[in-house]
Amino acid sequence: MWRDAWLVAAKDLRIEVRSRVVLNQVVPFAVVVLGLFAFALGPDRTPMVQGAAGLFWVAVLFAAVLAIQRSFAVESSDEARDGLRLSGLDPAGVFLGKTAAVAAELVALEVLLSAGVVLLYGSHVHSWGTVVVAGVVGTAGLAAVGILYGALAAGLRVRETLLPFLLLPALAPVLLAGTRAWQAGLGTGPGGDSADPWVSLLAVFAVVYLALGVVIFGPLQEGG
Amino acid sequence: MSGAVDSLVRRRVRGAVGVAALVSLAVTVWLGLWVTPPDVKQGQLVRLVYIHPPIAWVALYLAFGTAAVGSLLWLWPRTRSRVWDSLAAASMEVGVVFTALTLVTGSIWGRPTWGVWWAWDARLTSTALLLVLQLGYLALRRVPAAPDVRARRCAVAAVIAGVDVPIVHFSVDWWRTLHQSATVLNPDLTPTIHGSMAWTLLLGFVAMSLVFVWMLLVRYRIEVLAARCEGVELEVSLRERWAEAAPPELAHR
Repeated sequence: MWRDAWLVAAKDLRIEVRSRVVLNQVVPFAVVVLGLFAFALGPDRTPMVQGAAGLFWVAVLFAAVLAIQRSFAVESSDEARDGLRLSGLDPAGVFLGKTAAVAAELVALEVLLSAGVVLLYGSHVHSWGTVVVAGVVGTAGLAAVGILYGALAAGLRVRETLLPFLLLPALAPVLLAGTRAWQAGLGTGPGGDSADPWVSLLAVFAVVYLALGVVIFGPLQEGG
Repeated sequence: MSGAVDSLVRRRVRGAVGVAALVSLAVTVWLGLWVTPPDVKQGQLVRLVYIHPPIAWVALYLAFGTAAVGSLLWLWPRTRSRVWDSLAAASMEVGVVFTALTLVTGSIWGRPTWGVWWAWDARLTSTALLLVLQLGYLALRRVPAAPDVRARRCAVAAVIAGVDVPIVHFSVDWWRTLHQSATVLNPDLTPTIHGSMAWTLLLGFVAMSLVFVWMLLVRYRIEVLAARCEGVELEVSLRERWAEAAPPELAHR
């Protein structure tokens, strides 16, 4: 399972390195979203600094939808999806591999976005540990749910409209917990708010969906 | 298996459940609106208590629970049967109605109590998210596909959403809360309201559960009939078209 996961993740990341679709299209999109939030909030810095944590995670969620669509778009041509199913790779490995690849892309995107939040919104990071851990753990859960719904919607004619509708409400806990953890990390949250329960919530979310994916990805890929 | 379930949903059973639902609902309305006294603090508003928690109970536990169990039974290879798929779909669709009603009745109660139609309260928010998850399931259900493919997709979607519901509940609960805590189903199971009000509320739970079961049976029946019609429509249309176009002696090939 782990070897298969590694193979699939390496394949997806290699495609990304060669095609640079996420880097050239998804990352700029996420930065544009940050800019749009700034326009919506007005030129005053205070609401931006206050809302920076939430706006960051909303931008990540939007970018995640695109990254997940991309992750399944690379398999839509040349019957690549059937090839993957015929390859004899463990479905759990395929799930973990695709999740890892999307998570890696999103973490890279988050690094750039947090630089954007610091530069454009003028936020200050109080606790790097919290920000990094919440970012990584939250992204793992987000990618796991995304790959599950992505596989569900792959191949449907309505996938572009269906995926965000299915995915975004399911990711509400990540947005809530990620925002609260980041608020603590950026020092903009309610006074004395600890990030620990929110980071553990993100961890529970990630573990639950990674486990569910390992179990359910096989049946999901059986036919159709 | 499907024979046993189909006999369960025969017209007679459906009719009996329907009558029971109607009678218990009527008695609940009578008790709730005329017999029970107004509340000391909430006045006439307390009468919403006889329907809002029962509707929420059906939406959050009965309907979603049935849909989740049905989906799991479909996914489990040994119990895989179209019965479970149809049951899950029927339950989810009826559940949407009850979830929406939960929000509406909650909103009607919230307006005079909190002064706003909508508050970002923990339970309101998680119920709204549940409604969106259910609507997602129905949207997926509408995507045309072979019955087995659709059943697999929908079962997986229901399980993903089902796992999400408790997490959503806890996260939103931590996020904010100003809703009153559960009154009847509190952990030590001793109701904190008394007399005719408690009985009316209890009857409300029974009535709403019966309404749910009746709607579920009817919806299940429709699902079964629709499955029977699938694919037949095109054949019928083709036959009709041929009959129109072909000379009379060839019409009945």
